[in-house]
Amino acid sequence: MSLEPFLIIAAALFCIGIYGLITSRNAVRVLMSVELMLNAVNLNLMAFSNYLDSASIRGQVFTIFVISIAAAEAAVGLAIVLSIYRSRDTVDMEQFNLLRW
Amino acid sequence: MSNIGLGDGSQTVSLVVLTAMLIASAMGVVLLQNIVYAAFLLGACFISVAGLYLLLNADFVAAAQVLIYVGAVNILILFAIMLVNKRQDYQDVKYGALRSVVTGVVCLGLFALLGVTVTSTNWAITPAIAKLPSTMVVIGQHFFSDYLLPFELASVLLLVALIGAIVLARRELVPDTVTVGQVDEDSLELLEKPKEQLVASK
Repeated sequence: MSLEPFLIIAAALFCIGIYGLITSRNAVRVLMSVELMLNAVNLNLMAFSNYLDSASIRGQVFTIFVISIAAAEAAVGLAIVLSIYRSRDTVDMEQFNLLRW
Repeated sequence: MSNIGLGDGSQTVSLVVLTAMLIASAMGVVLLQNIVYAAFLLGACFISVAGLYLLLNADFVAAAQVLIYVGAVNILILFAIMLVNKRQDYQDVKYGALRSVVTGVVCLGLFALLGVTVTSTNWAITPAIAKLPSTMVVIGQHFFSDYLLPFELASVLLLVALIGAIVLARRELVPDTVTVGQVDEDSLELLEKPKEQLVASK
């Protein structure tokens, strides 16, 4: 096995995440797409860590940092979704125009 | 050339199976209409990523992935879906189908660009993958020597996110005005401010 298959897989996962981020109407699904993209980045870091830097695995350290930040992001993001749902009574992304005008 | 003790053939088979699982469940997360199915498929997606980590000789990070993503983030998302489970038909927006098509084309183009970049670059791959005694030991040494400051900052950030999530998600209670001894049928309800619309709906 070589490095390239993992990078291609990560690229595919990232593109699926971007597609979901832009096209979803449900705010919770947008957060799920963000998690997909973070996982793609993690996979990239791990692949480089194994094949380019296998003696001192710095990529794995970065991946652990990304995982912890992603957990914090999920908690805060879902709290924001809950609070928006309470005030607007919907989770449709097209109706969130509080900051637009 | 992995240290986990699998032969080359079985590694390739595992890679193919995990990739199929990963891509199928990720497509399901994005495309399925029912968001509960999407959340469960997100869990499958995280588990297959953990399997890919095992193929990359990272046992500790694979375990952390299963614990944090499948055990915490996915459950959190399921709880959020339960709390905001509103069945509504979304109103059509202008050029909705066209937007999806354009986004799909852009994403495919980005994937093609990334694929060409990946395959045409000469990566400086190390000839042999080093056999580490344990990845956990090396990661711990990194955490407590050259990555000590980010490690400590991450703990502060997690605390800030914890408090922020509580402050954002809680409702404000009405100050306690009920006199003692007065029991009526309203006393069992949660004392909350009535929900206020931030913006008058048009």
